Amino acid sequence: MSNRVLMKGNEAIAEAAIRAGCRHYFGYPITPQTEIMHYMALRMPEVNGVMVQAESEVAAINMVYGAAAAGARVMTTSSSPGISLKQEGFSYIAGAELPAVVVNIVRAGPGLGGILPAQGDYFQATKGGGHGDYRNVVLAPASVQELYELTVEAFNIADRYRVLTMILGDGTLGQMMEPVLFRDEEPVESFDKSWATTGTQGRREHNTIQSIYIEPDALERLNSNLQAKYRRIAEREVRVETVNCDGAEIILTAFGTCSRICKNVIRQAAEIGIKVGLVRPITLWPFPDQAIAAAAGQPSVKALLDIELNAGQMVEDVRLAVNGTRPVHFHGRTGGNLPTQQEILDKIQVLARS
Amino acid sequence: MSRIEIDQDRCKGCGLCVHVCPRKIIVLQQDKLNARGFHPAGVTDMSRCIGCAFCATICPDSCIEVWREGGKA
Amino acid sequence: MEEKVFSRTRGLTGKPFHYCPGCTHGIIHRLIAETLSEMDILDVTIGVSPVGCTYNNYEYFACDMVQAAHGRAPAVATGIKRVHPDSMVFTYQGDGDLAAIGTAEIVHAAARGEKICTFFVNNAVYGMTSGQMAPTTLLGQKTTTSPLGRSAAVQGYPINVSEMLATLQGAVYIERVAVNSVRNINRAKQAIRKAFKVQQANLGFAMVEILSTCPTNWGKDPVSALKWIDEAMVKQYPLGVFRGQEIEVGD
Ligand SMILES: Cc1ncc(C[n+]2csc(CCOP(=O)(O)OP(=O)(O)O)c2C)c(N)n1
Ligand code: SF4
Ligand code: SF4
Ligand code: SF4
Ligand SMILES: [Mg+2]
Repeated sequence: MSNRVLMKGNEAIAEAAIRAGCRHYFGYPITPQTEIMHYMALRMPEVNGVMVQAESEVAAINMVYGAAAAGARVMTTSSSPGISLKQEGFSYIAGAELPAVVVNIVRAGPGLGGILPAQGDYFQATKGGGHGDYRNVVLAPASVQELYELTVEAFNIADRYRVLTMILGDGTLGQMMEPVLFRDEEPVESFDKSWATTGTQGRREHNTIQSIYIEPDALERLNSNLQAKYRRIAEREVRVETVNCDGAEIILTAFGTCSRICKNVIRQAAEIGIKVGLVRPITLWPFPDQAIAAAAGQPSVKALLDIELNAGQMVEDVRLAVNGTRPVHFHGRTGGNLPTQQEILDKIQVLARS
Repeated sequence: MSRIEIDQDRCKGCGLCVHVCPRKIIVLQQDKLNARGFHPAGVTDMSRCIGCAFCATICPDSCIEVWREGGKA
Repeated sequence: MEEKVFSRTRGLTGKPFHYCPGCTHGIIHRLIAETLSEMDILDVTIGVSPVGCTYNNYEYFACDMVQAAHGRAPAVATGIKRVHPDSMVFTYQGDGDLAAIGTAEIVHAAARGEKICTFFVNNAVYGMTSGQMAPTTLLGQKTTTSPLGRSAAVQGYPINVSEMLATLQGAVYIERVAVNSVRNINRAKQAIRKAFKVQQANLGFAMVEILSTCPTNWGKDPVSALKWIDEAMVKQYPLGVFRGQEIEVGD
C-alpha cells in the first residue's frame, strides 16, 4: 500500500529524509529552501529527532561532520551562498570519509545574487568546490516525486560509499506543488558503522576520525583509496533518463527544471516535423557520458543543444562526452530567468536546417 | 624508602621536574643523551626522595612514576 | 613499605607526545586523561581535536576522538553530543582555534548550553604555525606578526574569553586555571573534573581556560616560561571561577 499526497518540493525533501531514517538535521535559514527547516522543526520532535538551527552554514556543516562521525544519518540543506560557506566542511567530510546528505536549492548568483532559480552551482557541485582531490555524488531531481525518491536514495548512497551526496535542485523545484507517491516503507538499507566514534563502550580499541595525514605516503594512500572508491561509484551509480533519442536529429541535454521545459519542446518540435531527443543526467556526478555519447553517435544526429540556467557549465561535460563527434551548442539564461520553449525551439530549427 | 623512576627514553630534558623537586635531587644528566637527542633527567640521591610526586605532576611527558614510603599522605 | 602513588594513566594511549620539551600541553593532556580514567568515563567519551599543535591528540587520548577543522570543534562536538546525548563529549582547543577563527562556534555552543566540555588552552600565540599573534597575545608581546610588540592602536586588545563567555546563560561553568606550578596543576585538575561533572549532570556548557606555556615561540626556556605565566599572563587573565562557583560536585 502507498498513498499520494500533494506536497511542496522542499517539504518532500524533508519528509523523505525522515522516512530514510535521518534523525539529525542542522541548518541555517536561506531562501529558497527554508521550508525544509520549518518542516524539520515541527517533524523532528515527533520522531525523537534533532533539528538545530546553527549560527552559520559553517557551523551547520561541522555539526553534520560531528553527527556523521558519531554514526548518524544526517542532513543539512541550504542555497548557493550558504553552500559556498559549507565547502570547507565538504572537503573534511570527503577526507574523513563520512556519509552525509546535503541539499542545495540553487539560486541565482554570483554573490548574493537573487532568490530566483538557477543552475549556476553546477561547477561547484560536480568539480569539488572545496580544496583537495575529492568528489561528491550529485543527484539532480526534476520533479517533486523525484526529490522525494532521490533524497531517500541519497542516504543509501552516502552510507554505501561513505561519501557526501548532494541533491542539486533549484527554487522552481523547491516551491513546486506536485503529488508525491509515498511508499509505506522506504528501502532503507542498513550499514556497518563500526568505524564510528560512539564511545568505545569498553568493547573495542578507540576509533579516530580524521582527514589529516602528515606522512606523505599515508596521505597518498588515502587519496588512492578515495579515487578507487570514486571509480566504483562511477561504475555503479550513474543514473540518466533518455527521452525520444532513437533516430533523433537534435539531442537536447538538460537537468532539473530545464529538462522539464525540454520535454515540452520535444512535443512542439515533433509538430513541426523535427525529431528531438533529450538526455537528462540524473546523476551530475558521476556524469552519464556513455549515454550522451551513445545518443550523439547515432547517424541521425546533426547536433546537440545543451540547455541550462547558467552561462554554460554542464555543457563542458557534454562536450567531453561527445568528444568532437558532433557539434554541441548551448542556450542558457541567468539571473533567475527561465528559457522559454520558443527560445529553445528557435535554436532547434536553426540547427535542424543547417 | 620513597623513590621515583624516570623513563630515560621518553624524557625530553625540559628540566621542569628539576625546578619543582623540593629536595633538589633531580638533575639533567649532561653526560647522557637519549635516542631522541635529549639529556634525560636523573636522581642524584634517591634516599632523600620524599615521594611528594611534584616531579611527576609537572612532567609534561608522563615520564615519572613515584613510590612513597608509607603510602598516600 | 612503599606504595605506588603516581603511575601513567590508562586515559592516554602511551604514544609519546610530539610537543616541544617543557610544553605544558602535555600536562593538560594528562590531567584530562586522568580525569576520564578516574571518573570511569573513558568508554563513553568522545573527544574533538583542534587544529593547532595538538591537532593529532586523537592519537594520545585513549577514547574515541574526532579531528575537526580549524575552530569548528564546538560545532563538531554539538553534532556528536546530539547523536549520543548520554556520552561525554569534550573539545580541546587553542587560542587561535577558539578565540579567532572559531569565535562564532564557541560563543553559540556556549549560548545553546550544549552539554559539552571545552578545554581552552591559552598560550598567547599561534604555536603550530610558529608564533604569530593570537587574539590572546598580550599588549606589548612580541610575536612573528607583531614583531614590535602588540600595540592596542595597531592590533587591538587581547580577548578575555572566560569573562566574555561567562555572560552567557548557557555557559554554566567557566573557570580559568594555569598549569605553571604543582599547586596550579592540582587546581586545574579539579576544574577539569568539575567540568565533566557538570556535563554528567546535564547542566549545560562548561569551559576551563588553561594558561599554558609555549617555550618555543615565547623564546624562553621551559622554566622561565612557567614564570612568565605568573609575571605577565595572569595580570591580563586572572585565575578564578567566572561562572558556576555555586555548583557543588561530589566525589
Ligand atoms: C582554515 C585554516 N586556516 C589556517 C590554518 C593554519 N593554522 C594551523 S594551526 C593555526 C593556529 C593554531 O594556534 P592555536 O589555536 O593557538 O594552537 P596552538 O598551536 O598554539 O596550541 C593556524 C592558523 C589552518 N590549518 N586552517
Ligand atoms: S617525588 Fe618529590 S622529592 Fe622525590 S624526586 Fe620527585 S619531586 Fe623530588
Ligand atoms: S619533567 Fe619530564 S621530560 Fe622534563 S626533564 Fe623531567 S622527566 Fe624529563
Ligand atoms: S610550538 Fe609551543 S605550543 Fe606548540 S608544541 Fe611547541 S611549545 Fe608547545
Ligand atoms: Mg595558541
